[in-house]
Amino acid sequence: MSAKIKLARQFIEAIPHSRILGMRLKDLGEGFAVIEMPYSEDLIGDPETKVIHGGAVSALMDTCCGAAALGHPSNLGSTATIDLRIDYMRAAVPGQTIVARAECYHVTRSVAFVRASAMDDDRDHPVATATGAFTMEGK
Amino acid sequence: MMMGPRRKAEPVQVVKQRRDATLNALVDGVPYIRYLGITFERKGDELTAVLPFSEKLIGNPLLPAIHGGVTAAFLEVTAIITLSWTFLWDDVESGNINTDQLRDEGLPRLPKTIDFSTDYLRSGLPRDAYARARINRSGRRYSSVHVEAWQDNRERLFAQATGHFLMPQRRD
Repeated sequence: MSAKIKLARQFIEAIPHSRILGMRLKDLGEGFAVIEMPYSEDLIGDPETKVIHGGAVSALMDTCCGAAALGHPSNLGSTATIDLRIDYMRAAVPGQTIVARAECYHVTRSVAFVRASAMDDDRDHPVATATGAFTMEGK
Repeated sequence: MMMGPRRKAEPVQVVKQRRDATLNALVDGVPYIRYLGITFERKGDELTAVLPFSEKLIGNPLLPAIHGGVTAAFLEVTAIITLSWTFLWDDVESGNINTDQLRDEGLPRLPKTIDFSTDYLRSGLPRDAYARARINRSGRRYSSVHVEAWQDNRERLFAQATGHFLMPQRRD
């Protein structure tokens, strides 16, 4: 693991809100990241179905996309979200962990274009997808 | 000039009580809203969402700044509650929804988010945030909502968002 990835990993694991949601960084590489978030009753958005709130999925997507931008080789060490769009394909199954995978599909000196998808146990049908633009601290 | 008989206006306390009970039932029923600590202030039919700052909302400890995911969640909660509130308003005003019924049967289903797009205009400072939603299109099946969020200064937004929602079908 490169020193840079190690530093990015430390930074991501120290984010207070991500820790509180129980997010775990499963993988981080050059321009990609995988983060999982366990189900919790605190995250319920629909009391009738017990499905987690879209906002919690947004928090996972934002963290994962930001991690991918931070882990990109041409980023010198910080990033911020410029915009993030989430498409909700279906309700996540209550009780299941959600895993997000994000990748930078294009980067310029100042912007990383990132996309991500989130899955529960059914890996063939995403719960949600996201696309966003993140600031890059370039050379 | 008033012609013919008119229904006597209800006492202001009765109207307020019914409005507040409906709003509380909407907000208190959702664990994630409680978890983030979001509350709603009501002036007539106008709602303002309030997100009191807390350490657990931090995304970047170095600045510190509110987590982008919290900002998106705050705006999405504001959109959904405002949309539901507007959807229920006529029934609240006519008395079709009453407090006993809310307690026994709960509320109609909430709108479902189809997509939600957030613009981050400034970093969220470590202080309270506010948001208001405007419903730009409200159809039988689909609605489009715009949300604005600010902190110290109403004119300096720190985030804005647009989302599309699938509306619940009325229980008959």
